[in-house]
Amino acid sequence: MNAAAHARHDDGPPTDYLSDTSVASWLLTTDHKRVGILYLISVTLFFLVGGVIAGLMRLELMTPKGDVFSTPDTYNRMFTMHGVIMIFFFLVPSIPAVLGNFLIPLMIGARDLAFPKINLLSWYVYIIGGVMGIWILIHGGVDTGWTFYTPFSTMYSNTMVVTAAVAVFITGFSSILTGLNFIVTVHTMRAPGMTWFRLPLFVWSQYATALIMVLGTPVLAISVILVALERFFGFGIFDPRLGGDPILFQHLFWFYSHPAVYIMVLPGFAVVSEIIPCFSRRPIFGYRFIAFASVAIAIFGFLVWGHHMFVSGQSMYAGAVFSILSFLVAIPSAIKVFNWTATLYKGSLRFDTPMLYALGFIGLFTIGGLTGLMVASLAIDVHVHDTYFIVAHFHYIMVGGTTMAYLGGIHFWWPKISGRMYSEIWGKLSALLVFVGFNLTFFPQFLLGYLGMPRRYFEYRPEFQVLNVMSTAGASILAVGFLLPLFYLGMSLRRPRDAGPNPWGATGLEWQIESPPTTHNFHEPVLVTCGPYMYSPEEAEREYASQHVHHA
Amino acid sequence: MWDFPLFPSQASTNAAKVDALMLFEIGVLVFFTMLICILILGFAVRYRRGKAADRSNPPTHSLSMEVVWIAVPMALSLVMYAWSTRIFFDLFSPPADAAQIDVVGKQWMWYIQHPQGRSETNELHVPLGRPMKLNMTSQDVIHSFYIPDFRIKQDVLPGRYTSLWFEPTKVGEYNLFCAEYCGTNHSIMIGKVFVMEPADYEAWLSEKGVGPSQAEEGERLFVQHHCAGCHRDSQTVHAPKLEGVYGRPVPIQEGKDVRFVTADDRYIRDSILLPKNEVVAGYEAIMPSFKDQISEPDLLKIIAYIKSIANRETSQ
Ligand code: HEM
Ligand SMILES: [Cu+2]
Repeated sequence: MNAAAHARHDDGPPTDYLSDTSVASWLLTTDHKRVGILYLISVTLFFLVGGVIAGLMRLELMTPKGDVFSTPDTYNRMFTMHGVIMIFFFLVPSIPAVLGNFLIPLMIGARDLAFPKINLLSWYVYIIGGVMGIWILIHGGVDTGWTFYTPFSTMYSNTMVVTAAVAVFITGFSSILTGLNFIVTVHTMRAPGMTWFRLPLFVWSQYATALIMVLGTPVLAISVILVALERFFGFGIFDPRLGGDPILFQHLFWFYSHPAVYIMVLPGFAVVSEIIPCFSRRPIFGYRFIAFASVAIAIFGFLVWGHHMFVSGQSMYAGAVFSILSFLVAIPSAIKVFNWTATLYKGSLRFDTPMLYALGFIGLFTIGGLTGLMVASLAIDVHVHDTYFIVAHFHYIMVGGTTMAYLGGIHFWWPKISGRMYSEIWGKLSALLVFVGFNLTFFPQFLLGYLGMPRRYFEYRPEFQVLNVMSTAGASILAVGFLLPLFYLGMSLRRPRDAGPNPWGATGLEWQIESPPTTHNFHEPVLVTCGPYMYSPEEAEREYASQHVHHA
Repeated sequence: MWDFPLFPSQASTNAAKVDALMLFEIGVLVFFTMLICILILGFAVRYRRGKAADRSNPPTHSLSMEVVWIAVPMALSLVMYAWSTRIFFDLFSPPADAAQIDVVGKQWMWYIQHPQGRSETNELHVPLGRPMKLNMTSQDVIHSFYIPDFRIKQDVLPGRYTSLWFEPTKVGEYNLFCAEYCGTNHSIMIGKVFVMEPADYEAWLSEKGVGPSQAEEGERLFVQHHCAGCHRDSQTVHAPKLEGVYGRPVPIQEGKDVRFVTADDRYIRDSILLPKNEVVAGYEAIMPSFKDQISEPDLLKIIAYIKSIANRETSQ
């Protein structure tokens, strides 16, 4: 389109959203793109903290006896903080708050989100929760695990459980605010012509995610507050000695935290659904099925919490019901995997960094999802529940799925966000290292789990050592894969703004404006006349041939 | 270097069943993972940009294909579901003739009590080929009783009884783990299961001399805690006799209504600790609570005693 032309006659003083560099302008901004950047910086820091802790834990587990941390308590506090930080301060906000904030208004042709000030507020709320989290880490930590199971957390743990509960409670508000903002924005701010079925799938997925955030997070907030009340005032809610029910907490907790798994992975689907069509140069296969699958996952996700409790003592009939529902919720995810794969058929495929991350995502997510069927199978789950099999399964979904998609998305939209291209060679290398390191780290854990090594173990039986050493070796490769982007993306900021408006030749509205976008996003009112993904593989081939005439 | 196990040994009737299902599911996983990988790699080679290939009219949707890939996973899921649920129901429906063993979990050890009287910590001796039922509770937080080689696990809850049964099929020594995170020494709350020939097991039981059985101990505690004063032939206190109660429905007064409750382990435990909650119709709520006075292992002994008089007629 004519966006390039705009960029060219913008010769005057720079007006892009990054141009005002004063600290105050950042801390008081209400520009959705800047809020996205604030989140980008902060989730990156939390990812690093959570990652360093993971590395230390893996070192600890290299030998059967504890030798890195001096006491089991230190280890227990570390895995708690690793889990809390990775879930609440990295995964939940990562794609929605960084890429969602940045992209949703651009993708629907809006000037900003519906409530720009609330958007900034959500970041401050997140930071307050996060600072409390770090404060807890420095002042001794919590040893309950990120699941805070009662009555251990209410009566027996003598660590900072209440502070942690409050930190999680506060952070929850930030995701409720983000979710509300997205829902209202998608309903009311779409440009003329942007009908629901012309929305990019990224927006559909974020919309489904926002529904879960708004409906589920309050339940988490209530449960952690009940834990705090019981600790402070001895309310007999969960402790059987006070007449409470220890399992009640698990119901409340998983009623949020199972759907929360989808808060983490639906946004991953969002990113992959944008990258695959762009680098295949063809419309996505089965647009409507993918859109509806997102919403179906969001709704059914609320019905399966009991599959975390198959051996908790709940009735076996309840187990049977939760098991079948869990099988059913897996099906929309299977639909998506098949649709993405079918999108490659008859495409004109390019393998730039984002595409490598997206394809890696499909592979890892497939394994994560299929092992989910094993875990949904009652008899198998009885054996593997609370073992390393589960640790492997959820890392395949969360690190293999969400984190790969997040990195893919950061690479895909980096030129838009920063105006710079990064080094493709380094980018591809990082994608490869993450993929290889990931499998080496987490695949052995499936075996460990089936052999019977329980999770949250500071020491283990000697026969588990070889597999643990493999896992630790993999983690060091993975760590390099995760650190590389920090360097080459950082380096790219020193280059001139060379990306141009649309380096990938993508079709979304966000690619029709200059990179980085101006503060007000669009120069003229946007009118949408067709659906997303209007790519043509044949045209892509012709273009390619004309650029490579000498080869022909 | 390479002599580490990749697959746990199968030492109970349940293990072989779970493994068969697991192998089936691994088959499904390998099939679909390979399918997706081959398709991706195949398309990657065939439709690489710049490579000649037919790219005309790429399909944007196909209802029939969507239906196929909804129906096939659905059908496979139902097979897995039916199969696994069957095994699961068996695992939680103990045979009537199973021998009972009591287990109490506490930070950070397993206390195990055999009905014949012998008790042990962090070790569980069982005879080969006999169904064993574990009756479990916790003294503090939630623990989880896990024997990987038997493919069984069950959370052990404070204030409640949960149970689990298994039938060992191989003589040997197996790991016993706590699988639910329970605090500082969670990772060393581990033990060993010894599966013995039945004769060796009998010998082991009486190794320390034939002591009082679980029920006899229970009777002693019943007297010691003054339960007998009211529940045996007291002339002054009006309290129900306990002979023949276990396993039968008991009428409970609830306001003006009477409701029936089965007198199982839970009922007896609650009657001892929270006696005001369920009062037997026709009696007054005069029994004191024994909360914090009787330990979990002792409660199990008293229950064993009440169970042992289940077939005795009341003299009323
Ligand atoms: C280099 C990458 C990583 C390594 C080596 C790693 C390692 C570990 C280890 C050793 C545990 C403890 C398992 C246990 O004892 O139960 C763990 C738990 C966990 N990890 Fe990771 N992890 C990595 C990345 C991630 C990421 C990226 C996330 C999320 C984005 C994540 C989320 C979690 C969660 C939620 C837990 C559970 C904590 C708990 O048991 O309370 N991990 N990880
Ligand atoms: Cu334990």
